Amino acid sequence: MREVSIIGIGITKFGELWEKSLRQLGLETGLAAISDAGITSKDIDALYIGNMAAGSTLQQEHVSALMADYCGLASQNIPATRVEAASASGGLAVRQAYMAIAGGFIDIAVVGGAEKMTDVSDSESSYTVSMGSDEQWESKAGATFASLHAMIAQSHMTEYGTTREELSAVSEKNHFHASMNQMAQFPFQISAEAVSNSGMVSSPLRMLDCAPNSDGAAAIVLCATEKAKKYKKKSIKIIGSGQASDTLSLHHRKYLNQMPAIKMAARRAFKSCGKKASDLDLIEIHDNFTISEIIALEEIGVFKRGKAAQNILKGETRLGGKIPINTSGGLKARGHAPGATGIAQVVEVVQQLRGEAGERQVKNAKIGMVENHGGTAATAVVHILEGE
Amino acid sequence: MSVPRFWRELDTRYNLIGSYCKITKTYHYPRRSFNPEAGRESIGSMEDYQFKGSGEIVSSTVVHQAQTGYEMFGPYCMAIIELDEGPRITTQIVDCDPEIVKPGMKVKSVFRKLGEDSESGILHYGTKFIVIEYNEVEESEENIPDIEV
Repeated sequence: MREVSIIGIGITKFGELWEKSLRQLGLETGLAAISDAGITSKDIDALYIGNMAAGSTLQQEHVSALMADYCGLASQNIPATRVEAASASGGLAVRQAYMAIAGGFIDIAVVGGAEKMTDVSDSESSYTVSMGSDEQWESKAGATFASLHAMIAQSHMTEYGTTREELSAVSEKNHFHASMNQMAQFPFQISAEAVSNSGMVSSPLRMLDCAPNSDGAAAIVLCATEKAKKYKKKSIKIIGSGQASDTLSLHHRKYLNQMPAIKMAARRAFKSCGKKASDLDLIEIHDNFTISEIIALEEIGVFKRGKAAQNILKGETRLGGKIPINTSGGLKARGHAPGATGIAQVVEVVQQLRGEAGERQVKNAKIGMVENHGGTAATAVVHILEGE
Repeated sequence: MSVPRFWRELDTRYNLIGSYCKITKTYHYPRRSFNPEAGRESIGSMEDYQFKGSGEIVSSTVVHQAQTGYEMFGPYCMAIIELDEGPRITTQIVDCDPEIVKPGMKVKSVFRKLGEDSESGILHYGTKFIVIEYNEVEESEENIPDIEV
C-alpha cells in the first residue's frame, strides 16, 4: 500500500447561498483546491464527489458527470464517481479516493463535496436530512431527524447524568471557534444561556443544539506521497483511515446512547497507523447535534464513557484546552452542507496542521482526526492526518 | 408514497406481524426473511408472528417541529418502545399529554391513521401506541360519576 498526501484544499463560505448553484459551488472549490495544489487539470486522474441529496433537493442525479463537466474535465473523459452515505458522503468520498491512490490505481484525485439545502423549503430540507435514517420505519412513523437525536440525548442524560448546561457548552464552544473562521455560516459567539433558552425542537434538544441545513462546498487534492513533492513542498499525510456501519434504524441498536460505528471506524483508523486517542492534537467531530459531539468523543476514546460532557463544560475541548474540538466551528456554527461537510472537516484539519489557521490555530498541531458520520451513525468514517 | 409500497407491508403495519426465528428463538419486527444474528441458516426458519402489542417506553421526546405530514399533531410524543417479545419500534404515542410520557411506562398498540397521500389520495393506516397506566387512571375517574348518578 502506498502513502497518500493532501496537497491542495479549497472551501466556500457555508450558509444560505441563494445566488450560487450546486455546479458553481463545486467549480469554485475545485479550482481553489487545484490552484492550491499547484497542479493542472491534465494531472488529475479521477474525481470523487460527495453529495447526499441533489436528487431530492434539485431533481438532479448524476452529480459526478455534472461536476466533471462544469469543472472543465469532460473533454478529458475523466473517471468521475459520486459517493453517497447521507451526511457521511464527503468523508466516504475522501476514503474512496484514498483507497484508489493507496492501492496504486491512480496518482492524483480531486475529492469535492457540494450540497444545496436552501433551494427547497425548511420542511423539505428537514425531510431530506431525515432520509439518512429509515424512511419507512422512522421518518414515516413521525420521527424527525432531531427527534431521533433527542431520544439519544434523553437516554444519555438518564444513563450518565448529562445536563442541559453540558449540551449548551458544546454549542457555545463551537460558536466561539466559528467567530474566528470567516468561512463559517455563523461567525459569531452565542452564550450558553442563549442555547439553553432557545426554542424547543424536540425535547431535550433546542434550536441551538441543532446544526443548520446549509449550502456549501469543499474540495481537496489527494496525491501519492511519493509524487507529492513534485507539486507541493509541504503536504499533509493521511496516516489512518477507517470506516464502519451499523443498523440503519436507531431502534435496532442495543444501546441508544452509544454510536458503535464511530468506535469501530476510529479503532480501524488508529490501527492502520499505530496511534491512539492521546496522540491527537485536535479533532473535527460531526456535531450535527450537541449530543453527537459528546458521544463521538466517548466512542473515539478521548474521554471515558459518560465523562465527555463534563470535560467539554470544563473547557478541555476549547481552543487552548487539552484537545481542541471543532476549531472550524463544527457543523453547528461553520454550517452543515451534508455532502460537503466531511471534506470541509478535512480542510480545517489540513489548515491547522499547515499552521495556517490564523487566530484559531492550535499550537504545535501535528496530528489531527476527522470524524464524519451519516444518519444516526449508521455510517462512520474516520481519518487521521499528520503534518510534516 | 406509492400504493404498492404501502400495500405490501399492510399486515406488518396493521396487525404487527413480524418474524420468529426458530434457530435463535428470537422475535423480529418488521418482518425479516433472514435473521442477521443467525445468518444464512435462518432462511426458511423464520415464521410469521403476530406481536401481542404490549411493551414499554425505552426513550421518548416531545416533537415541536413536526415531521412532514404530522404538522397537525404538534407538539406530539415520539418514542422508541420495546415490545414484550423483545423488538423495538419507533412510534408515536397518542391519546395523552405528550409531556407525561417517561421511560419505563407500559404501552399497548392501537390501530390509527398514519397519514394520507393527498386530499383525494389513499389513506395510510398503521399501529401507534398508547400509555396504559395513564388510560387506566382516566377510565376509572370517568367511572366514578357514573356510579354516583
